[in-house]
Amino acid sequence: MDSKINFSMFFNVANILSLIAVIVSILFLFFKGLNYGVDFKGGTLLEIRIDNKNIQIQDIRASLNMPELGDVNVKQFGEEGDFLIKFEKNANENKKFINNLKNTISKKISSAVNFRRVETVGPKVSSELLKQGITAIALALSAMLFYIWIRFEWQFSLGAIAALIHDVIITLGIFSILSFEVNLSIVAAVLTIVGYSMNDTVVIFDRIRENLLKYSKLKTNEITDISVNETLSRTIITSLTTLLALFSIFILGGEILKGFSFAMILGVIIGTYSSIYVASPVLNYFKVTQKTLLKDDDL
Amino acid sequence: MLSFTKIKILFIYLILILTIFLASLNLKNNDIIDKKINLGLDLQGGSYILLEIDTKPLISQKIQTKVIPIKKLLNKSKINFKNFIIASDYISITIEKEKHNIFKNLFFKQQENTVNNFISEYNKFQLDLEFIQNKAIIKFSDFGIISLNNAALKQSIEIIRRRIDDVGTKEPTILQRGDKRILVELPGIDNPERVKELLGKTAQLTFRLASKDDGFGSEKLIISESGEELTVNKRVVISGDNLVDAQPQFDNQSNQPIVLFTLDRLGAQKFGRITNENVGRRLAIVLDNYVISAPQIREAITGGTGTISGGFTFQEATDLALLLRSGALPAPINIVEERTVGPDLGKDSIDAGIFSLMVGFILVIIFMFIKYKIFGLVSNISLIANLIMMIGILTILEATLTLPGIAGIILTVGMAVDSNVLIYERIREELKTEKSIIHAFDTGYNKAKITVIDANVTTLIAAAILFIFGSGPVKGFAVTLGIGIITTLFSAYFIARHLTSIIVLNDKEGKYFKL
Repeated sequence: MDSKINFSMFFNVANILSLIAVIVSILFLFFKGLNYGVDFKGGTLLEIRIDNKNIQIQDIRASLNMPELGDVNVKQFGEEGDFLIKFEKNANENKKFINNLKNTISKKISSAVNFRRVETVGPKVSSELLKQGITAIALALSAMLFYIWIRFEWQFSLGAIAALIHDVIITLGIFSILSFEVNLSIVAAVLTIVGYSMNDTVVIFDRIRENLLKYSKLKTNEITDISVNETLSRTIITSLTTLLALFSIFILGGEILKGFSFAMILGVIIGTYSSIYVASPVLNYFKVTQKTLLKDDDL
Repeated sequence: MLSFTKIKILFIYLILILTIFLASLNLKNNDIIDKKINLGLDLQGGSYILLEIDTKPLISQKIQTKVIPIKKLLNKSKINFKNFIIASDYISITIEKEKHNIFKNLFFKQQENTVNNFISEYNKFQLDLEFIQNKAIIKFSDFGIISLNNAALKQSIEIIRRRIDDVGTKEPTILQRGDKRILVELPGIDNPERVKELLGKTAQLTFRLASKDDGFGSEKLIISESGEELTVNKRVVISGDNLVDAQPQFDNQSNQPIVLFTLDRLGAQKFGRITNENVGRRLAIVLDNYVISAPQIREAITGGTGTISGGFTFQEATDLALLLRSGALPAPINIVEERTVGPDLGKDSIDAGIFSLMVGFILVIIFMFIKYKIFGLVSNISLIANLIMMIGILTILEATLTLPGIAGIILTVGMAVDSNVLIYERIREELKTEKSIIHAFDTGYNKAKITVIDANVTTLIAAAILFIFGSGPVKGFAVTLGIGIITTLFSAYFIARHLTSIIVLNDKEGKYFKL
C-alpha cells in the first residue's frame, strides 16, 4: 500500500470546498441556530415508557395539551412505547408537579406510565452550562494552539488551529442543518473531536518536519505530498478502527449515546480530511521549508 | 533497544498483574481491599439535585434583627431620629445633619459593636452606611452578604444531611458548590419526589395565638387542610427552635396519624405559661406560612409535650416529624437543576454500553489481526492488557463510571491501536531500506516514539479540559479517556514492544516480516 497520490494538486479545490462548507455552516449557525437541549435552554426532559404499546405519539401529544407547559416536543425514543418529552416549564417550581403530570398522562391515555428519566434545568443554570461549554471548547483550542507552537513552528500551529476550527464549525453546522439536539454530551464530543483531529494533524506534521530536514531541495507541496502519502495507511487504519468502535456505540449503545457518537463519527471523518486538506495547505501558503525549521534552531 | 533487561520485564509484568488483580476486585465483594468502580447515577439510577439558596428573604430577615440594636444605639447616644423605615434590604433613618459623624463613628466602632459586626475574616464590617441628604441608609456590605450566605449555606447543608439521613438513602453525597449552591447526589432512590419535597421545605414551625381583629400585629394565613383563612397574631409563642424531638404516632381516640413533639425546658415553660393564660383561645400551628391546624386550648399544657393533628396520612405525619426534628432551613431553597434516572433505564444503559463495548472491541481485534497477522495478535494482546489496566486504575481511584465513560473506554479501544499502527507502519517503511530486521524494528520504535507522544498529549489536553469543565456524566468520560491514554502508552511501548521483541529475536528465518 505504497500510495503516491498527488494530494497537493487538489489543495485549491479542497480549500474552496472547505471554505464553502464553513461559510454555509456559519450561515446556518447564525440564522437557524442550534437546537439546544434542556441543558442549555432550560426546561424539562422526560423519558417515559408506556406499558400499552398501542399508544401512539399523537395520544401522548394530546395528553400533554396543557398551556402551562409551554412549548412541548414529543418524539419516539428507541423502542416502541418509549418516548422523549421536552417542555419549557421548569418542573421544580412546584414540587408536586412531576407526580401530578404522571397521573394526568396515565389517566388521559389510560395506561401505566413509567418515568425513566427526569431532567430539569433552571434558566440560570442552563445559561451557565452554555457559557462553560463555550469556554471549554475555546480553552481546548487555545491549549492545542499553544502545544503545537511549542513543539513545532508558528506556521504549523496556525495550520493545526485552522483545521480544528474548520472541524468544530462544520460539525456544529451539520447539527444545525439536521436540527439535532445539542446538549452537554455534544460538547464532550466536540472536545474529543478537537483532540482526535489534532492527533491526526500532529502525525502528519511530525512527518513533514522530519522530511523537511531530510530533503532540502524539494518544494513545500512536494514535501507535504510525500509526508501525507507516507502516513496515509496509518491515517486510514486508525480512522477505520476508531469508526468501528464509534459505529458500534452508535448502533448498539442505546438512545442516550446516539447524539454523542454521531457527532464523533462526523468529527473523525471531518478531522481526517482536515489534517490532509486544511492543515497541510496552510504550510504551503507560508512556504515552510527547511530554512524555517533551521532558523529557529539557531536562535 | 529491542531487548529489555530482566528487571524491566519483571517490572512491566508486575504492574500488569497488579492491575489485573485490582480489576478483579470488581468481580466479587471482599473485605480486605474495599475498592470498586462506582457506577454513576446514570447507570445505577438515582437523583442529582442542585439546590440554590434564596438569599433575599434571608437578607430581609437579618436586616430586621438590626432594628432594635440600631434604635437602642440611637437612643443611648441621644441622637434624634424620625422616619425609621425598614425595607426588604435596607433601613433608612432620618437624622439631623450635625449628628451624622457621631452616628458614623459609633456605627463603625471595631470593639463592642452591638449593631455592626466586624468580620475579622475579611477585615470588613457587616453593614454599610451611606448618607443621602439627611437620611442614613444602612444595608449589608458585600462581605456581610457573603458571610450571611456562607453561614446559611453551612447550616442548610447540615440540616439537609439530617433530613436525607433520616429518609435512609444509601451513600448520599452532599457538597457545597460555590457560595450559594448545594449539590445532592442520591444513588438508587425509590421515590425522588418525596425527597425533593423534603429538601425544599423550609420547615419554619411557629405556634401563634389566633387573633380576633385584623389589627397591625396580626396577619391572615390559609389553613392548608380546608383552605379557609385564619387571622393569627404575628407574635410567635414558641418556634421550631424549641423542639427537641418529634415523632409520628396514632392518636388514641381518633386513630388518626398525629405528630408528637417534645419541647426543651425553656420552650416548655413558655408554652405552659401561654396556654395557661389563654385557655379557650385557638392556638395556630403554622408551618411555612400555612396553618396546619388551630386547635382550641382546653387547658394549660405544662408537660412540655404536645401533639399536632391536621388530617395527615401516616406518610405525611412521618415527613412532618422528620422535618421538625431536622430543624428549619435558614432561608428558602430552590431546586435549580435535577437529573433523575430510574433504575431500569440505568440497567438498560449498562447493558447497551457493555454490549457495544464488546462488539467494538471484537471488531477492532478482527481488523487488526487481518491487517497485521502475528503483530496484530501482539497488538490485540496489548489491547486486552490495556483494557484490564484501565479497569484496574479506575478501581484503585474508585472512579465513577458513567455512560459517557463507557463510551470513553470504547473510544480508547478504537484509538489505542493507533500507537501500534504508527509503530508498525514505521517499521514497514524501515524494512524497505534496512537490511537488518532487528535494526528496522529498533529504529521503527524509536522514530515513532515522538509522534506517539505528541499525538497522545493532544488528546490528554482535551480530556483534562473536559474534566475541569464537565459535570457528572461528562466528567466520567474525561476520566476514562485520560486514563485510557496513559494505559495505551504503557501497553504499546512496554507490553507490545516486549512481545514484538520476543518474536523478532526468535525468528531467524524472517518468516513473520510481511507487515
